[in-house]
Amino acid sequence: MRVADARTPLVGHVSGAHAVRLATLWESPPGLKGFITTVDHKKIGLRYIITAFIFLLIGGLEALLMRLQLAGPELRVLNPEQYDQLFTMHGVTLIFLYASPILSGFSNYLWPLVLGSRDMAFPRLNALSYWIYLASGLFLYAGFLTGHGPNDGWFNYTPYALRDYNPGPNEDYYSLGMILLGISTTVGAANFIVTAFRTRAPGMSLNRVPILVWGTLTANVANLIVVPSVSLAFFLLWCDRQFGTHFYDPAFGGHHLLWQHLFWIFGHPWVYAIVLPAMGMVSDGLPVFCRRPLVAYALVAAATVATMVLGFGVWVHHMFATGLPGLGMSFFSGASILITVPSALTVFAWLATIWYGRPVITTAFLFFASMILLFVIGGVSGFMTASVPVDWQLTDTYFVVAHLHYVLIGINVFPVIGAVYFWFPKFTGRLLDERLGRWNFWTLFIGFNLGFLPMHLTGLFGMPRRVYTYAPDMGWTTLNLITTVGAFLFALGVLLLIANVVLSLRRGARAGANPWDAPTLEWSVSSPPPPYNFAVIPTVTSRHPLWEERLGEPGAHSSLKEGLLLEQRRETLGTTPVDARPDMILEMPEDTSAPLVLAVGLTLVFVAMLRLSGWLFAIGALLCAVALLVWLWPRAEMGEREPAHG
Amino acid sequence: MSTPPPLGYLSASGARADIILPLTWYTLIVSVVVCVVIGALLWQGVRRAAARVTDLTTVPPQRGASGLSWIRVGVGISLVPLLVALVWTVVALGAASTPAGRPALVLDITGHQWWWEVTYAADEAANTFTTANEIHIPVGAPVLVRLHAADVIHSFWVPKLTGKTDTIPGQTNLGWIQARRAGHYRGQCTEYCGWQHAHMGLEIIADPPAEFARWRARQLQPAPQAVSDAERHGRALLEFRCGSCHAVRGTTAGARSAPDLSHLAGRHLIGAAVLTNGAGALGGWIENPQGLKPGCLMPNQGLSVAELNDVVAYLEKLQ
Repeated sequence: MRVADARTPLVGHVSGAHAVRLATLWESPPGLKGFITTVDHKKIGLRYIITAFIFLLIGGLEALLMRLQLAGPELRVLNPEQYDQLFTMHGVTLIFLYASPILSGFSNYLWPLVLGSRDMAFPRLNALSYWIYLASGLFLYAGFLTGHGPNDGWFNYTPYALRDYNPGPNEDYYSLGMILLGISTTVGAANFIVTAFRTRAPGMSLNRVPILVWGTLTANVANLIVVPSVSLAFFLLWCDRQFGTHFYDPAFGGHHLLWQHLFWIFGHPWVYAIVLPAMGMVSDGLPVFCRRPLVAYALVAAATVATMVLGFGVWVHHMFATGLPGLGMSFFSGASILITVPSALTVFAWLATIWYGRPVITTAFLFFASMILLFVIGGVSGFMTASVPVDWQLTDTYFVVAHLHYVLIGINVFPVIGAVYFWFPKFTGRLLDERLGRWNFWTLFIGFNLGFLPMHLTGLFGMPRRVYTYAPDMGWTTLNLITTVGAFLFALGVLLLIANVVLSLRRGARAGANPWDAPTLEWSVSSPPPPYNFAVIPTVTSRHPLWEERLGEPGAHSSLKEGLLLEQRRETLGTTPVDARPDMILEMPEDTSAPLVLAVGLTLVFVAMLRLSGWLFAIGALLCAVALLVWLWPRAEMGEREPAHG
Repeated sequence: MSTPPPLGYLSASGARADIILPLTWYTLIVSVVVCVVIGALLWQGVRRAAARVTDLTTVPPQRGASGLSWIRVGVGISLVPLLVALVWTVVALGAASTPAGRPALVLDITGHQWWWEVTYAADEAANTFTTANEIHIPVGAPVLVRLHAADVIHSFWVPKLTGKTDTIPGQTNLGWIQARRAGHYRGQCTEYCGWQHAHMGLEIIADPPAEFARWRARQLQPAPQAVSDAERHGRALLEFRCGSCHAVRGTTAGARSAPDLSHLAGRHLIGAAVLTNGAGALGGWIENPQGLKPGCLMPNQGLSVAELNDVVAYLEKLQ
């Protein structure tokens, strides 16, 4: 993004010649070159979605292996070392490599389309953030595939993670991989925040953006604040392991709770960061199928922000058993109980939307609506763990495992699959099959609840987390078998989703621009959208540009066919942060391989840190420097060699 | 379920767990009621309002009712059980912090990979002793536990008596237990601590006071003497081999990095609650700990049958 020369942009209508001109400006070249150099948010978004989905499958396979081991008492499918790496990689994969990136993928694809813009604010950063994400995933799996996967659980407590107890490179892979991933998350977060505040269509004031935007924006502000905490925690861990520093060594003034605080200051807001955008999907998707606007839009948006603000003050509820003073814990307990209030508000807004609407039952609707129930189940079990004394019993048992799976599968995976059914026609131009969709939904819904609802009881019966086996006389045998059956049924449901996607890509019904008669801007362009998104920058006068006439919104007359042409180069409109008044023309960058080269250089730097190899470090750093030079080299034709406009 | 699950926490047998249990039930019942009510509202909402079509374009969007009353009523009702939970939490937290009376006994419990070291503290050194994995306490008396960690973080949990408190290297955490009635109570490490985290159990045995006093008196004695040839041979083997890690008071085996075996035969379970004590179990354990607890710090011994029999004969003597 860059401020272009001062000129008065032309206003005009959508026309064939104009569309052709924009297409030549915005289209990425075909083949490998385009694949490597594209900065199109739609392509990057789909890459995020596909990559994250592959990680979902891998994490799911890891879960199935563990469920085989736990299907009966004292089974020997896996040995303890294998089991420990599997449960760690399962958590790392699904929490870090699936849950957040999948939402980034949807938001990457959808944001410019729902905001009425031609790309994200920083398209090259967008590409960089994807490549680094991919690299960190490969980095973490390089450890696992060479038998040195992280093995201390996803929250990786010291001192077990330190060299005395963990002499292999397992924890170095984890530490460095997470710092690398943190760079991707940070870069992405900055991009989302600027995009939300500066590239909305004229007239789309903050109170007119979809809740998905609120959710992703809130999540990314939080990321920017808390990711440094976890990156620091892992960096200090790496230093302790490699250079004998003593950050986590009480014998030399360090403290093991330092790790836990640094990790959970990040970890709990992260939980909200991986559900708030998904809740946004429900808040935006449900009303489409209920044929009415969302009930209490403003309150739901405020609840999104309030959840995150409170979410910064609850991390200690992961540490209620660490011997902290009671008074301090009661504050965190109070905050953890009260954080249910904004969630309750959102649930009632969704329920009222259904009650006061006319729901049309589609597969997407089933996923969104059922999520409400799963959200409540995951919410109330969270409320139980918020009470300190109750948590002393619940914590680190399977009750917590059940809770967090209702949160992550219920509030992330279900909305995400709903979102696949909802936006697949926009991505591909074809609808997913509804009949297969019903089978898909019910298999997943029944499999999930069969697997995880009885698991609450497994927890109440005292089964601890992270045990690779259990004795037959503990009362957990039947429950574990049921959970294993449920897990495999759920896996079958995932296969049905894949089958539906594969079949519908070839034979699905043609979607047209707006198959659901939905109200927001992404449905005003063709499916799939052209590379430039909008032929003219739309002007928006209400929350529901495509419904506003039928809703009879006073004074609403959004302009979709006439607007700024912005056809001189790759350009889009910059608007003011709150009211979205036209402010400046933003120059968008050409395709470039600099982000990929930078990501490769950075990865080499991290491999060098892993191997403590100086020459590799030098090569990586050199590559980074070259990539940055190319990236930032001022281009005369864009006026970048003249002084900035005053 | 024929017998109640040993680690279940929906029943309690001790003062500290008694304080928590009603609050657990309260939050659990509130949770179930909330799920049922919301589930019913959702089901009913979809059923009653559903437009019986599949094509959305045939149902024009409408503004509809504002629905704000749902939020007022819903959030209003939700606040009541939440505030009750909040107040109850703080009250229970205060009550559970310290026992009602002066502790009758102070225990230093140290988590090791993958067993529990237990020292009965006393003012005079002659009255202290150390044992492992099986903790006897007198019924009805508050017992203070000081929690330490020898290596990594573990968590001390005996659900029928008390919730969890972590044992963390570099700090001493306090907890307490007080059994309401005599019996065996299972405990378990609940913070992931490595390969054999699954097999890091313990057992608390609450005895009537007189029985506890007898048990304690015996523990203060040195280990019983070896009498027969087999026992003497067994003791020699133990001193030579096992003494690198284990202690048997009254012999030259004096190491502290594995469980004290001075009165091993009196224990109900061995291997940190993995096997029921007995000659067969002892022999199996000594020969093949790596088969029973893969990765544990005790190596397989590779004794001959005769040697093993003698070692077991001696260990069985250690009442």
